[in-house]
Amino acid sequence: MLTYDEIIEKYEPALGLEVHVELGTKTKMFCGCPTEFGAEPNTQVCPVCLGMPGALPFVNERAIESTILIGLALNCSIAPMSRFARKNYFYPDMPKNFQISQYDEPICTDGYLDVEYETPEGMKTFRIEIERVHMEEDTGKSLHVGGATGRIHGAEYSLLDYNRAGIPLVEIVTKTVLGTERYAPQIAKAYVKELRDILRALGVSDVKMEQGSLRCDANISLSPRGSGKLGTRSETKNVNSLRSVERAITSEMHRHAQRLEAGERVVQETRHFQEDSGTTRSGRSKEQAEDYRYFPEPDLLPVAPSAEWIEQLRAQLPERPSAHRARLQQLWQVPDKEMAAMINAGVVGIVEETVAEGADPTKARTWWLGEISRLANEREVEVAEMPITPKDVAEIIALVAVGELTDKLARQVVEGVIAGEGNPKEVIAARGIKVVSDEGELIAAIERAIAAQPETAQKVRDGNIPAAGALIGAVMKDTKGQADAARVRELLLGLLA
Amino acid sequence: MSRISNEEVARIAQLARLELSANEIAELAGELEAILGAVARVQEVAKSDVLPTSHPLALVNVVRPDVVRPSLTPESALSGAPASEEDRFRVPQILGEEA
Amino acid sequence: MSELIYKSAAQLSESLAKKEVSAREVTQAHLDQITKVDKAVHAFLYVDTEGALAQADQVDAARAKGENLGPLAGVPLALKDILAQEGIPTTCGSKILEGWRPPYSATVVKKLRAAGVVILGKTNMDEFAMGSSTENSAFGTTQNPWDLTRIPGGSGGGSAAALAAFEAPLAIGSDTGGSIRQPAAVTGTVGVKPTYGGVSRYGVIAYSSSLDQVGPCARTVLDTALLHEVIAGHDDYDATSINAPTPPVVAAAKRADVKGMKIGVIKELSGDGYESGVSERFEESLEILRSQGATIEMVSCPNFDYGLAAYYLIAPSEASSNLARFDAMRYGLRVGDDGSRSAEEVMSMTRAAGFGREVKRRIILGTYALSAGYYDAYYGSAQKVRTLITQDFAKAFSSVDVLVSPTTPTVAFPIGAKSNDPVAMYLSDVATIPVNLAGVAAMSLPAGLSEGLPVGFQIIAPAMKDDRLYQVGAALERELAAKWGGVLTTKAPKLNSSAGA
Repeated sequence: MLTYDEIIEKYEPALGLEVHVELGTKTKMFCGCPTEFGAEPNTQVCPVCLGMPGALPFVNERAIESTILIGLALNCSIAPMSRFARKNYFYPDMPKNFQISQYDEPICTDGYLDVEYETPEGMKTFRIEIERVHMEEDTGKSLHVGGATGRIHGAEYSLLDYNRAGIPLVEIVTKTVLGTERYAPQIAKAYVKELRDILRALGVSDVKMEQGSLRCDANISLSPRGSGKLGTRSETKNVNSLRSVERAITSEMHRHAQRLEAGERVVQETRHFQEDSGTTRSGRSKEQAEDYRYFPEPDLLPVAPSAEWIEQLRAQLPERPSAHRARLQQLWQVPDKEMAAMINAGVVGIVEETVAEGADPTKARTWWLGEISRLANEREVEVAEMPITPKDVAEIIALVAVGELTDKLARQVVEGVIAGEGNPKEVIAARGIKVVSDEGELIAAIERAIAAQPETAQKVRDGNIPAAGALIGAVMKDTKGQADAARVRELLLGLLA
Repeated sequence: MSRISNEEVARIAQLARLELSANEIAELAGELEAILGAVARVQEVAKSDVLPTSHPLALVNVVRPDVVRPSLTPESALSGAPASEEDRFRVPQILGEEA
Repeated sequence: MSELIYKSAAQLSESLAKKEVSAREVTQAHLDQITKVDKAVHAFLYVDTEGALAQADQVDAARAKGENLGPLAGVPLALKDILAQEGIPTTCGSKILEGWRPPYSATVVKKLRAAGVVILGKTNMDEFAMGSSTENSAFGTTQNPWDLTRIPGGSGGGSAAALAAFEAPLAIGSDTGGSIRQPAAVTGTVGVKPTYGGVSRYGVIAYSSSLDQVGPCARTVLDTALLHEVIAGHDDYDATSINAPTPPVVAAAKRADVKGMKIGVIKELSGDGYESGVSERFEESLEILRSQGATIEMVSCPNFDYGLAAYYLIAPSEASSNLARFDAMRYGLRVGDDGSRSAEEVMSMTRAAGFGREVKRRIILGTYALSAGYYDAYYGSAQKVRTLITQDFAKAFSSVDVLVSPTTPTVAFPIGAKSNDPVAMYLSDVATIPVNLAGVAAMSLPAGLSEGLPVGFQIIAPAMKDDRLYQVGAALERELAAKWGGVLTTKAPKLNSSAGA
């Protein structure tokens, strides 16, 4: 088995990323059914999205607008004329047995996105080229019932809910990405993350990967260095988080290398990413490409956005996330390395929100990058996914600032919030967290500690200041950690002077 | 234009999800060949400088506002379903990849 | 009361307005006629007796209250079974939809109901509108009332036969390559394919989306115009519907004046293949128009020769995609679901069992024409022929107001005569097809008889100029009716219940 370094030495990775975004429009792409998440099955359907005989599609204006915004944010050219096309194939979750999509006349083409990634030499920028951005519709959801293992005769079937069928999807396809070298997994992750941030900033989708409103299919191939040819690619689906993007690509690179080293062919196929093992499993073989028989959708007219409209939309674009981050770095006076760490951990936005709630920027950064990141890593989730909000953190910071919490106690509160015990005030009340500020109480506790450890106390009197640590520790234990350790130390040393 | 083989018809029938007997396939192969022979003449005039027409209407940008329109009730939606269960359409087991 | 069935819709409208007769009486008279003759004609797949009488009663009640009613309120109509009517069996002539009751109605159906038109029932048609004889219906063919051994035309033979058999004064058809006009021609009735986009397609089961159009059918030009005005108009549920006022067809039908109009005879739609009787009736009609003050000139539309070929690539291609939804999952027939089979297998078995021969043929043809490697040669090329045909029309219309031709090369042929020869069958549409490819408007009206069977005269108008059809058609009809002592259907055999199939 080759190591990662060895793989990179021998092979050049090529990436292709396809991201599907579920737009947050009020209604579906081709009909006026609502798009609420979590509705009862088949309560948001009509003859159109059920593919009933005689039904006709009718394009949602906001969906076109959102797609153009996305294209503009990705530096694409907006086609003066684009068309819908039918992609024909049979599948029960697709009511018409064709998907209305776009084929050779997509609405946006030829863009790019610069993403930042961390290297030992510092943050670097990589430009990912975008092939196209186009509109299509989502499918229904099928629930597989029965027949756990083995085929139980008559027990297996599926139940279909078409609420999701017809929800607008935007597909963003990169050109083949070359030159990522050893950073392929990180760059891919950074790309999806940056894309997500842009989409969120545009307000076109709630981009929740875990809810399926942002989906990523990762294509990867390895080519032996110097061969001059691209390797056979595999497509990995079911990549449901940013972390999975990185893991999936890494895993596939290893798998491809292993096969190539063994003299075996890499099969062109669709694979599924398995969260628990961090590897991929074979799905449907793509050896024989499905013949989709694309032709222009006769029920819909072409989309020809006017130059004026495009400029109006361009003017609406929010500040690009990278420019935004540069501005924040300047504002907060953050050194490059720390900024890089923040970007990498994905906490810039969250820190900004915490600052907006009144917190000091440095303190906010310390908390998110420090303690909360640590806890996130332990749980193997993104910092942003931790069940603690910027408001919570800002509150905690404020309480420390006025002395109602010590740093140590604050950490307990953070733990409590994350554990789901409530907001900071609730956690403090429930756990009875309180800084012991009453000097009388502190002195009493200190005297108890001295009385319990006379030898240690004597050492301190004799000049061995570090020995005070044991006494301070005892006092902290005595006060259930609610004393201000610094004040305890001060008072203790004063008493033992 | 090459002869339409039985295998070709079988492949097309698969794409179109039509179960055909061997007899039907053979008959259709012959018919398809005759019809294609008759219609292939469209190529005679389909020069590269002629643009295709996908719509008789010269309209563009026919869109509707992002406003909710009435939906069906689940009962209505499922009223014609060959099988249903708990407000969902019940279909036989689906082969192929998981969703 | 049996006189009622021989009246035109315009006459009925007047009688109803004057309260000389009630909507119920009118409806009942037609239901009685259906009972009497439909065993022999088989125009109807479903007769909505209760529903029709209820609709009639509603109109009578409204009229009694003094409400303002439209001209066709209380007039009965036969609906081609290609339109979804909520709660009423809609089969599209196919086993795959046998028993299906749609949960919604087509926009056209809603408009008819709003106008107070009484929908008697659903008429027979070639399965999924694919055919020129109604022999492809999964539920048996319809017989031509002029000669019960002959076809009534297709795909809308049921609607046309219902008119010719006096089962209804009005009917709705759909026309993709001639499915309204060719049946009208062979049954001696009037049928119009409006400009593409003139009538909503929402709720009309799709055959070839870029060619399909729903249209009015009746026994007179004026009746057809009255119906045209009820069903036409923009629809917010059909993106391909025209957002402009309906051309003033009723006024044009009443004007019925061709003085000063320029009429173009299409050179390519004549000659070999056109029966002599058909050509003769056509020439006679031209003479009449000439005598009424129109000038006739010959025009050439050379690319029309490629029309049939282009149609039989475009229509099956679009159909192969439109019919994919019939897969046993959400509605319609399901075959083979015994618990051991996959969804894919059940789909294939159901479609094999539910679709007829012609439908399968066109699905295979269409799937092939769209498949990888063949698109440019077939579908792509056919779309180019469309452009050329549209250009031919545009050029012709720059020098004439309307174009004319025989509607179809032959009179009604015997049932079974062409059913084994698809290519021969397809030739029935050679004169009607170019119209659909360009999306322009056309009418067929009776030009007379040849060996006792009706011959149709086709008028073609530029897009959005449907009124010209009615202007010319009504003028011609007036002259011919004067000659015949009434419109052609007055000469149709009066069927009785002992008439065999």
